[in-house]
Formats: sequence, C-alpha cells, structure tokens
Amino acid sequence: MTKLTLGPIAYHWSAETRRDFYARIADEAPLDEVYLGEVICSKRAPFHEPDLPDTIARLERGGKKVVLSSLAEVMLKRERKATEDLVALESHEVEINNAAGLLARGKCPHRIGPFMNAYNEAAITWMAGRGARHICLPTELPVQSIRIAAQVARELGLGVEVQVFGRASLAVSARCYHARAHGRTKDNCQFVCELDMDGMPLGTVDGKPILRVNGIQTQSESYVCLLAETGQLAADGVSHLRLMPQAIDMVAVAQAFRAVLDGAMPAEEAGASLRDLCGTAPFSNGFYHGTAGHEFVAEVR
Amino acid sequence: MHWRANLDPKGAKFVRGAGSRLSCVLIQPLLSYVVRRIGDRHPSVFARLGSYKQSAFLIDAVELPFALHLCPDPKALAFRAVPRDRAPHAEARIRGRFMLLLELVDSERDGDAAFFSRDLDVSGDTEAVVRLRNALDDVEGSIAEEAAGVLGAPGRAILARLRRAYKSEAKGGQQA
Amino acid sequence: MSPGELICPAGTPAALRTAVDAGADAVYCGFQNATNARNFPGLNFTPDELASAVAYAHSKAAKVLLALNTYPPAGKVDLWRSAADTGARLGVDAFIVADMGVADYIARTYPDMRLHLSVQAAASSPEAIRYYCENFGVKRVVLPRILTIPEIRAIRKEIPCEIETFIFGNHGLMVEGRCSLTNYLTGQSTNMDGVCSPASDVEFIRHGDGTMSSRLAGFSIDCFGCGEKAGYPTICKGRYTAPHRSDPYYAFEEPVSLNLARLLPELIDAGVHAFKIEGRQRSKSYVRSVVSAFRTAVDDIRAGRPANITDLVALTEGQKQTQGAFASKKWR
Repeated sequence: MTKLTLGPIAYHWSAETRRDFYARIADEAPLDEVYLGEVICSKRAPFHEPDLPDTIARLERGGKKVVLSSLAEVMLKRERKATEDLVALESHEVEINNAAGLLARGKCPHRIGPFMNAYNEAAITWMAGRGARHICLPTELPVQSIRIAAQVARELGLGVEVQVFGRASLAVSARCYHARAHGRTKDNCQFVCELDMDGMPLGTVDGKPILRVNGIQTQSESYVCLLAETGQLAADGVSHLRLMPQAIDMVAVAQAFRAVLDGAMPAEEAGASLRDLCGTAPFSNGFYHGTAGHEFVAEVR
Repeated sequence: MHWRANLDPKGAKFVRGAGSRLSCVLIQPLLSYVVRRIGDRHPSVFARLGSYKQSAFLIDAVELPFALHLCPDPKALAFRAVPRDRAPHAEARIRGRFMLLLELVDSERDGDAAFFSRDLDVSGDTEAVVRLRNALDDVEGSIAEEAAGVLGAPGRAILARLRRAYKSEAKGGQQA
Repeated sequence: MSPGELICPAGTPAALRTAVDAGADAVYCGFQNATNARNFPGLNFTPDELASAVAYAHSKAAKVLLALNTYPPAGKVDLWRSAADTGARLGVDAFIVADMGVADYIARTYPDMRLHLSVQAAASSPEAIRYYCENFGVKRVVLPRILTIPEIRAIRKEIPCEIETFIFGNHGLMVEGRCSLTNYLTGQSTNMDGVCSPASDVEFIRHGDGTMSSRLAGFSIDCFGCGEKAGYPTICKGRYTAPHRSDPYYAFEEPVSLNLARLLPELIDAGVHAFKIEGRQRSKSYVRSVVSAFRTAVDDIRAGRPANITDLVALTEGQKQTQGAFASKKWR
C-alpha cells in the first residue's frame, strides 16, 4: 500500500503556527508518516525545537510515524553539532540531507533525504550498502529514471519516496536572500523570513511570477502536483508519496491525495478540489515528465 | 560606452575608404577563396559546429560599408559581402567593430568579456553563435594572418595597416 | 609551504595547450557529453583530442584532470562509467567526481587513480569531506565558494586530504550540485545534463533605445540599460521584482566575478594546496591572460616577493569583481 508522507516545513513559521498546524495534521490528516526538523536554516531551529517532543507525541497519538530530518547545508559549528546530535538519535528514524550526517551515522539505518542526490541505481546501491533503508529521490528526476531507481531500490529492500505536492526546492545557498531582500546579512537577518509563510515571491522584470525565496533556499513559484501520476508512481514501485507543507489547508490536500490513492475519487475530481485549495499558485509536473519544471503537462492517457 | 558613441572618425574614414576601393563585387572571390583555404586547413572547426554548419551567420563589422554573410557548411561553404539593407536571412547576427571581430576570431580578445562590456552584440540563435565562437577558438595560430597570407603581400600590408590604425586610435581614445 | 598549484580550465584542445604554455600546473577538462558540468555547445574533448592533450600536457610536466562531475540519472550510468574507462585508458592524472555511484565505480575499478571531490558534491564541512575520503579514497576536495579563509584554515586541520579553492571566474552563488534553476525554466538539468542556462534557450534582444534584454526559455532574466555592463543570462544573476521593493533588483547576486588575487598569500598560509581558475567556456585569450597573471602572482609569493597582480577586471562578468564569501561573513 502506497504511503502518504508530509515533508518537513521549509519555512519559518512561528512556534504557535506550527503547534496548530501539527495538531490538525495529527488529528485529521490521512497521512502515514510525518517528517519534522529544520532542514533549511540552522538559525531558526531554537524557535521550534523546544516544542518538538510534544509535537512528536501528538503526531504519534494520531497514528503517524515520525521521522526527523537533518539540515541540508552544514558548514558552521552549530550546524555540525545539530547534525551530529540528530543522527545520534535512536528513538526515531532519521532522514539525512548532508554527507556530514552520513559520516556520523555510519552503518546505522537511516533514510536518504532529497538533498542527498540519490539520482541513480549506482548511488542508491552504494547508499544501501552503508545503511540507507529509504530513499527520497531528487525532485527533478524524470519518470524514466524514477522507474529504474525505484526498481533497484525495492530490490535492495529500500523504501522509495517522491515529492508529489508543494513547491520544489530549486537551490540552496550560503547566502540568505530573504535578508538580502531587506538590506540585511544572514548574521543580522532578524528573522525577516517569518513574514513570508509561503515564500517571498520573485517576478521577472516584465512582471511574470517565477521563483520563491525562503531564506537560503530558492523554490519554484509553482506547486509540484503529481496527483494524476500517483497511480503510475505506485505501479513503478514508489512506496511513499511526499506532500510538502504550504500555507494552505494541508489536511484537505492530504485528503485529496488519499482519496485518489484509495481509488475513492477520480484524479480529475480530486484535482479540481485541490485547485480550489491552492489559490493562485500554478501547478507543475514538468520535472516528472522530463520537460521544463514549471510546465504542467496534462496526463496523456 | 556604446560603440556608436566612441567611433573614431579617423579610423572609420580609413576603413570606409578601404571598403569603397574594394567593392562588394571585387571582394567576393577573395572572401570565398580565403574561407575555403581556412576550411581546408582546419576541418575540426566543422565538427565543433555540429548541425549548426547549416546555419547562416551575419557578421556585421560596423565600420565596413557592407556586412559579411557566412554559411559554414563544408559542402557549400560561402562567405560573402552583402549590403546591410539587403542582407539575406541569417540564424545569428554578430555585431561589433571590425578590429574587435578580428581579434575575437584570433582569440586575442575574449568574446564573453566583449559581450559583458557591451562592445559585442549578438542576436538570433545564441547556440549558433556560441558554437561558432568555440569552433574558431580551437584553431591554433592567427586566422587573420592566414587570411591575409592567402592574399599575399598586399593582404598582409592591409592587415598591418588596419592593426596600426586601430592601435593608434585606441591610444588616442585613452589619451582623450 | 603550500605549492599553490594552478588548476586551469580548458574547453578545447587549443585552450589546453594555451593553459599549459602559460604555466598551468594542471588543466581540467571534460568530454563532449553530459558527464561534465560544462556540457556546452562546441566545447570539450573527443577521446582522440584528449589523448593528444594528455601527451602534450605530460610533455610539459602538467597534469590533466578529467571532470566527471555531474550526476547520472538512473538508466544512464553507463555513459559515466565508459567516460571513466576512457579517461583511465588515456592516462589522465585524476578524476573530478561528485556522484557517489561514480566515485564508487572508479574507486573499485581503478584503485590507483586519484580522485578529486568536485565542488558539485557540495562538501562544506570536515565531516562531509571525511565521508568521501574514508569511503572513496578522495585525495583532494574542491571547496564550495561559501567559506571564509579562517573557516578554510579550520577545515584543513580536520581533514586528511588536500584543499583546492576557486580563485577566479564565475562566482557561483548556489550550492553547486543542488541547483535545479536551469531545469525549472528550460527542461535541461545542471546536475544531469551538465548545462547552466543553455545557449539554445538564451535570447538577447536589442531594443531601439540601446537597452538589451536577456531571456531564458522566454523568461526575462535581466534588462541592461544603454552602456550598462552585462553578465551571463543565468538565473542567479538576474534582476527580479519583490512585493516590498519598488524596483527590480539583483535578488541573488549582481553580475560579478570572483577574484582572489589579493588573498593568495592568506590562502597559501591557510594551507590551500591548489587554486582553481574557472572558465572552461571562455576563450584562449581569457585562459592566456588569467593563467599568466596568476602564475606570476603565485611564483612571486612563493619566492617571498610582493605579488605582482595584473588587473583582470576587463575579463570579469559585469566588469566587476568580488572576494565573495572568502573575505567576510557579511557576504552571506
């Protein structure tokens, strides 16, 4: 049975927003697994880490398995320490997003996050030999490669995950573009990224929406939406489908995907309700179909 | 500064003069001969062009009284002087001062730097331009000297005079 | 004292000979396919060209490093393996790799071959670097352009391999090997296809008033005023609007190139073993000027003379240069 997961929150939502968000997710969302932890900016972690034990307990009471994700970028002392501490956890599965975490984890079981570049069967085989039990494929991987990677991973006994909803991570940097947009530096950012719950929109000089800034991360303007592709993904051996949290009703998003996975609702119908939930954000599935990532290819049947 | 603004009238006059003496009609066979000889000596250029061999390039040296039309297909190699206002179709256009273009061909100057400084304009099919640039950049030695050499002593003399005119102009520009 | 090896770019055989003649200690290059991160039109080497290039470089005591630094998508791994096989057969001196599957293949198949970890692997901590050293026998790491010199010095003390840093050329803003910006707009991937703002999708439009727009796959990247210096049409050097800003601004970085000429003594002192000059897509003219300038500077410093530093600003993007992250944490 294909599992539905919720990825870690990429944005700097306030502690209160997060508490409310996860309370609803725990009680109402038809999700199997939830990833927690700060992946983007180590400066944000102190704001919501104190709530982590309660959030974990709440989600587990709601029947969700909790996995903890590590930072994508590890450079500073505090980032190295955070990574080391996280991967030392024995109570929960960890998803590793940086090679620094791989070194510390050694051959202990772990998950490979989307920032680890598990692009192909050779890399996946290598990672499996070093303790990986589950792989989240890069968001830009096209269907032909997903199919081959998933097959190899399943033969190795790994779980295979693909992002099916939410803005795609297009780049990370050492520089904070949120701070830069407000004339500040990363060290003096005053957490200005908190202003943009769904990322700060960038438009081209002629006014076309193009990207979203989230601290050091650059995201797609469009929400990746592989609702119509869920059947194919499952048939190709993808075991977990990941929804990335956006500032919309994520419970309803999860319900739409669950309904399609269960065959309770046709993809067209669920797609229409998803469309209503997502406001003006365009949908895209171009990466999956091997074309420009921002494009939306109507499913060829 | 934009190239139109810093065109030195003295240098321009010299080149215009040279252009009028060698009319399009007269220069035609020379250009064809030069490009065939260079093509014969450097066949690897065509490999780097790939399918863009079939593209046409309009090379527009702003001081010349005509533009140059290049079709780098070894099976139908053509390099022609064409009037600017009646230039045939080209997939890509490359525009700059004559000596800049000559120096780019000879890799005495860097094309990207000339683009950054806005001394070089490219339009049309950018991949065609990039391929042509990379193909020519892999040629050892001076294509300009080879071309001048093909024309014998007069060719070399013209090239030397052009270079001198350009250098003194550049120097004058610096002093001013 | 660090040897301060100069690692120089070559997009063509002629550029490779130019780099060697100008004093390169090593030249890096790639094949004409997706196996390297400068898979640009008309650039790079056929196996025959690489064979001659290796012979030429070795005759002048220079090394040839083969970039196999992209990420094979599943189903295409054989292209990378066969590139490694060809490189090994032709006697290159090291492979520059990023993908763990590619690194593993080379480490197992050619255990005597030197492996360098590409900047595309984005290893920016001692732990990440040590992971690649311990597992694949990596002998050198090319550091991302995001660290200050004190940070580089600290890393050096904690890793068992040599450090190579960029000193000149394109100022990469995004963590390399983690950037899908080009793929988002064009459908061609930096990681899987080795392209960045591919020329096939680039359009320059000259307007009547002397301004020039650059577009990538139909998206405006920038519009340069009449006479304003230009940059590459890359997404990370583009101008964008944001809701709280009145005018379009360089949201990531303005067109600018990295130039660490004045920091060379500090880099050598910090234990940087090799200096990389970016620019396989640039001309022989660029290679000649930049390599000669840095050859002189490094030789001066190693001989205890004040470094003679040639002005290279004319070759830089936007005709501007920066010391980026190396000089100050404020860059971040």
